[in-house]
Amino acid sequence: MMPSSHLLSLRGAPHLHADSAVPRLMLHSVIALLPVSVFAVFLFGLAALATVAVAILACLLAERVCGPRSALGDGSAILTGLLLGLSLPPALPLWMVAFGAFVAVAVGKHLFGGLGGPAFHPVLVGRVFLQAAFPSAMAQAWVAPLAAGRATELPATSLALPFLTPDAPYDGISGATPLSALKAGEAGEPLLSLWLGTVSGSVGETSALLLLLGGLYLVYRRVIDWRIPAALLGSVALFSAVLHAIDPERFPAMMTALGSGALMLGAWFLATDPGISPTTRRGAWLYGLAIGLLVVVIRQFSGQAEGVMYALLLGSALTPHIDRWTRPKPLSEGVEE
Amino acid sequence: MADAGMISEREDGVERLRLGFWRENPILVQALGMCPVLAVSNTGVNALTMSLATTFVLLSSAIVISTIRGIIPRQVRLACFVLVIATFVTLTDMAVEAFALELHQALGAFLPLIVVNCMILSRIEIMASRQPISVAALDAIGMGAGFMLGLVTLGSLRELLGRGTLFGAQVMPDRFEPWQVMQLPGGGFFTLAALVIGFTLLDRSLKRWREVPA
Repeated sequence: MMPSSHLLSLRGAPHLHADSAVPRLMLHSVIALLPVSVFAVFLFGLAALATVAVAILACLLAERVCGPRSALGDGSAILTGLLLGLSLPPALPLWMVAFGAFVAVAVGKHLFGGLGGPAFHPVLVGRVFLQAAFPSAMAQAWVAPLAAGRATELPATSLALPFLTPDAPYDGISGATPLSALKAGEAGEPLLSLWLGTVSGSVGETSALLLLLGGLYLVYRRVIDWRIPAALLGSVALFSAVLHAIDPERFPAMMTALGSGALMLGAWFLATDPGISPTTRRGAWLYGLAIGLLVVVIRQFSGQAEGVMYALLLGSALTPHIDRWTRPKPLSEGVEE
Repeated sequence: MADAGMISEREDGVERLRLGFWRENPILVQALGMCPVLAVSNTGVNALTMSLATTFVLLSSAIVISTIRGIIPRQVRLACFVLVIATFVTLTDMAVEAFALELHQALGAFLPLIVVNCMILSRIEIMASRQPISVAALDAIGMGAGFMLGLVTLGSLRELLGRGTLFGAQVMPDRFEPWQVMQLPGGGFFTLAALVIGFTLLDRSLKRWREVPA
């Protein structure tokens, strides 16, 4: 409650409030992402640290240039940068990271009216731009987990000069991520390392368990609507279980599908953004279900190894329609006069 | 300026020339003829060819229609316009095919499709079918130049960022990482959006600068 100098203060309702202003929501989200971020630095070393730091700094800079000055302190730019950094491959040239972060905030957020305005998550806009503009870098900039010397040196490709192709080739580990290995028909990672996260992948997407933990913290804090991740993960589980039952050779098992790729990061931290997800309860279930179905379809039946990013974008395009379909009826509607 | 839709008989042709190039720019202001604009603006050369061809068709049809405007029956005027436009489009298509086969292949179906370019039809309907030849021709040149301004800027930008070259010549450093998306249709859409934003800002600041008394 606000401190008051008067014994009895007279003011209008509401008298009790949940103290859920924007900076507080952002703070909780950042706290929820801390375990994953720390683990990412442990797993990929300096590469992860540099990627996340550059993404956050570039987002803050873009926010300072494009946004109102008052919004700089609300933490939304920091969260955008953190999420973007966590969603990118670790050895991506840092200028691309900064560029993507700038696109995320300047184009994805402020061209669409600033915080709460965009129909698509700014982080996804930034990432999808990088994917479309620099597909070869995005497909190759992976790093083997727990590599020797990761704490002291950056991958050579990270330090490419702005707008130039890196001099050194990408490390090019075979079967770059567990999902691309599966796609290529190679043996997948053991389930345990998949869930713990000691595998290759984007900076902060590897550890399904830590992401789950962060997501549950957000649910506990009531920052996010639990129905969205529940529906999304449930629908991925359902559809991949059905496919696996049909053809175990071709389709991965349910737990593999749930623990791999950017699914956990997307389900708990991106799909739940209040600006892009439906407002009604039934809508939240539908939205999660649709995204989950898209994830499975893109992963299993397209040329892409990972489909979470596109599934989330398509899902948020559905949001206005879902909101319209599931609009609650006023009590009097349909009653004969 | 005359009221919108009401174009006076004595309107100054030179004014039309200026309007088409800048304030009523067909691409950046009226957003007409978007199909070729987005489809063939992937390189500067394609964009230049396309805009030259469109300007030629527009100018020739405007002159012909303006000449015969007295004898076109009102009820079938659109058919007559399209007939004249199609004649010049066929001429252009054959000429490009004869003299620049590679360009013809690069532009594909979009050369014949000039015939349905709504920018051309709108100029014929608004100007050429109601105005004397001189005004109609100047209007066509102005609109053609405006079309070229928009299309060539768009094409050069997309080529520069998507391939590192400008009209085929390497201008970016050797190791320049091309932005693949600029060569894809998506790149056309957001480069166009960026151009319209840039144009509007530039126009606004030019106006403000002009309004300040010297």
